[in-house]
Amino acid sequence: VFKRFVEIGRIAFISFGPHAGKLVAIVDVIDQNRALVDGPCSGVRRQAMPFKCMQLTDFVLKFPHSARQKCVRLAWEKENINEKWSATRWAKKIAAREKKAKMTDFDRYKVMKAKKMRNRIIKHEMKKLQKMPSKKGKKPEKAQKSEKVQKTQK
Amino acid sequence: AGEKKPGEKAPSEKKPSKKKPAEKKPAEQKTGQKEGGEKKKKVKRHHASRNPVLARGIGRYSRSAMYARKALYKRKYTAPETKIEKKKKEKPRATITKPVGGDKNGGSRVVKIRKMPRYYPTEDVPRKLLSHGKKPFCQHKRRLRASITPGTVLILLTGRHRGKRVIFLKQLATGLLLVTGPLAINRVPLRRAHQKFVIATSTKVDISGVKIPKHLTDAYFKKKRLRKPKHQEGEIFDTEKEKYEITEQRKTDQKAVDSQILARIKQVPQLRGYLRSTFCLSNGVYPHKLVF
Repeated sequence: VFKRFVEIGRIAFISFGPHAGKLVAIVDVIDQNRALVDGPCSGVRRQAMPFKCMQLTDFVLKFPHSARQKCVRLAWEKENINEKWSATRWAKKIAAREKKAKMTDFDRYKVMKAKKMRNRIIKHEMKKLQKMPSKKGKKPEKAQKSEKVQKTQK
Repeated sequence: AGEKKPGEKAPSEKKPSKKKPAEKKPAEQKTGQKEGGEKKKKVKRHHASRNPVLARGIGRYSRSAMYARKALYKRKYTAPETKIEKKKKEKPRATITKPVGGDKNGGSRVVKIRKMPRYYPTEDVPRKLLSHGKKPFCQHKRRLRASITPGTVLILLTGRHRGKRVIFLKQLATGLLLVTGPLAINRVPLRRAHQKFVIATSTKVDISGVKIPKHLTDAYFKKKRLRKPKHQEGEIFDTEKEKYEITEQRKTDQKAVDSQILARIKQVPQLRGYLRSTFCLSNGVYPHKLVF
């Protein structure tokens, strides 16, 4: 049922507070609500942090409990957590959300035009496939959709 | 003792002046001229005060005694003014009547020409005029938002062109913004827009080399209206300008400016379509959350 556990070395994403949006490694557990946390490669000093503001990720590092920052850093860089993180869908969604919020009026216009064009193409293909009543329909439709996704990511 | 001294001085001063001409010739001529000139201009040398001082500010003799001592009864040079002469004398105007507008106002006011001073030196600080610090409109400070620079795309919010995206050219003397569609793109001509009723987007076009004709000022754009009620009430609505007609000058100015700008718009992809579109809000779109 639960796949991600709070353990020494678990990488967590901070969801709110002064360090919102950064990754930290759990170094030690203080009590039921707090953990000793350190993020040498993400700009978070070693400190106590409540579990409530942490969201566990899939990544775990290997270091002994209460290891010093140098060890945490070594483990972090060895596993290349920063790159792995930015490759996850979670991080990509966050980045997309940020981009959307920063869109200027001109950008919104360009997105609108791109979406319009994409939908037109999709509809066109759909109509074509609806006309020929055969099983070939569904596969080419999906392939074309993935092409158009690249355009809208501008 | 004070009286005697000036008496002594007069002859003693004259003696050395007479000795001088014997010594030097150019000096002689000067002093000789001076003496003659002095004698002609000055009637007499001034007598010292005939009223000895008892203490500061208090003299020995009264006014009437002094009148006699100074022999002022002998020294009357003008005849006293008769009453008729006084009446005839032209005095400068003290007040003037000015017309006043408005209903039931009495039509006119009597205004002093020379007003009472608003400051007497015994007061601490001169009182300020009622119009202190109030400048006429032409001297007001014009401000421009930092987000609005030449070449910025603006969204007009009011007027018949509301919602249209338009290019900002420059700020005019009254503070209004000179703006153009360009006409070929969205039918907005060279026009004035008010800074407050405009959204400045962050999209900018490079207008550095564009030359805007210098005769495009506020007077050029000001609305013209006939205000002479020649006829009576019957024909008021006909004589004033009903239809605005586009003058040839406006057309040439529009072409001159737009041709330069259109070239630069073409260089930016999709900008032309952007300027053609209008701004609108729809569900879930909140202006305070949008980044322009």
